[in-house]
Amino acid sequence: MELNDIIKEENLVLKKSRLLTDNVMHYCPGCTHGVVHKLIAEVIEELGIQEETIGVSPVGCSVFAYNYIDIDWAEAAHGRAPALATAISRLHPEKYVFTYQGDGDLASIGCAEIMHACNRGENIVVVFINNAIYGMTGGQMAPTTLLGQVTSTTPYGRDAKLNGFPMKITELLAQLDGTCYVTRQSADTPAAVRKTKNALKKAFQNTRLKKGLSFVEVVGTCNSGWKMSPVDANKWMRDNMFKKYPLGDIKDV
Amino acid sequence: MAKFRGAIVVDTEHCKGCNLCVVACPTHTLALHHDVNGKGYHYSYMQNPEACIGCASCGLVCPDSVITVYKAEIK
Ligand SMILES: Cc1ncc(C[n+]2csc(CCOP(=O)(O)OP(=O)(O)O)c2C)c(N)n1
Ligand code: SF4
Ligand code: SF4
Ligand code: SF4
Ligand SMILES: [Mg+2]
Repeated sequence: MELNDIIKEENLVLKKSRLLTDNVMHYCPGCTHGVVHKLIAEVIEELGIQEETIGVSPVGCSVFAYNYIDIDWAEAAHGRAPALATAISRLHPEKYVFTYQGDGDLASIGCAEIMHACNRGENIVVVFINNAIYGMTGGQMAPTTLLGQVTSTTPYGRDAKLNGFPMKITELLAQLDGTCYVTRQSADTPAAVRKTKNALKKAFQNTRLKKGLSFVEVVGTCNSGWKMSPVDANKWMRDNMFKKYPLGDIKDV
Repeated sequence: MAKFRGAIVVDTEHCKGCNLCVVACPTHTLALHHDVNGKGYHYSYMQNPEACIGCASCGLVCPDSVITVYKAEIK
């Protein structure tokens, strides 16, 4: 069997989503943001809601998310994506509104906004990319940084006495009655990618059912900020991040 | 039992050489090429094309969505 006999339209099993634009993502090689963007595009395409979906992008490396997925977008001030999403969703209750936020954006500067959006039970989806660092600004400590983890602002490793403890914000948000679905996933292996896609699909379906706020954390890597190769970063994430941030559903009502 | 052969096409100019597809491939089909693309990245390619089973693992983990996967039954 020659390659030409295999590479034919009728044998296609996977190709780039129609909703991903031709813009080259500005992310570093191997960055988790790219994988999650792809999954959001695929889910929106499969649910047939391209015209009804509005994303709110954050401040952080994914600030330009609106260049990559061909839907309507708004760009929020740092950490304020849940507040902006609240306004959009209340003005357009028939739309599918989601925020896309990093751990600095969501758990640090935007901690109040996410808490209250979850507590109010806004009918939105929140996609939370936890890479345990401020990627965009040069790898500073985030609330999610692990104890002992070296960052540009914790050069000797995060020390609980000086810097406090890693924040499991997802578990905190699950305590609030406005959240209907809270899950933590990853995107490092083919199986994990499939699970994250299913979680995202369920989250958007919850919006259709007007169930409240669905929160999908994806534990990811920032290989540049962590100063590792993409493959080593995935290994470090599995060995260290998953202990503090175990994968799986936390709440599903 | 039906047997399958697979093949992938990499958009080599947009591959960033991150190596994630190479380690995700269960059949060791892929490698980063000795040559580089216009951005200077060692792009992914099928070093052992006969080994590919079309499982799409490589495409699932690719952050830049530059892999297209095909799979055909061996007749
Ligand atoms: C009001 C304000 N304060 C601080 C900054 C600087 N800043 C830009 S991105 C960022 C943190 C981003 O980290 P995260 O949300 O984890 O995103 P990542 O880049 O890791 O994906 C900070 C502090 C800013 N742009 N605006
Ligand atoms: S700095 Fe980190 S989070 Fe930002 S694009 Fe690079 S790897 Fe991704
Ligand atoms: S389709 Fe599967 S076997 Fe073929 S190159 Fe990709 S990961 Fe390897
Ligand atoms: S995962 Fe994608 S970007 Fe990375 S080396 Fe493979 S084809 Fe290139
Ligand atoms: Mg971050």
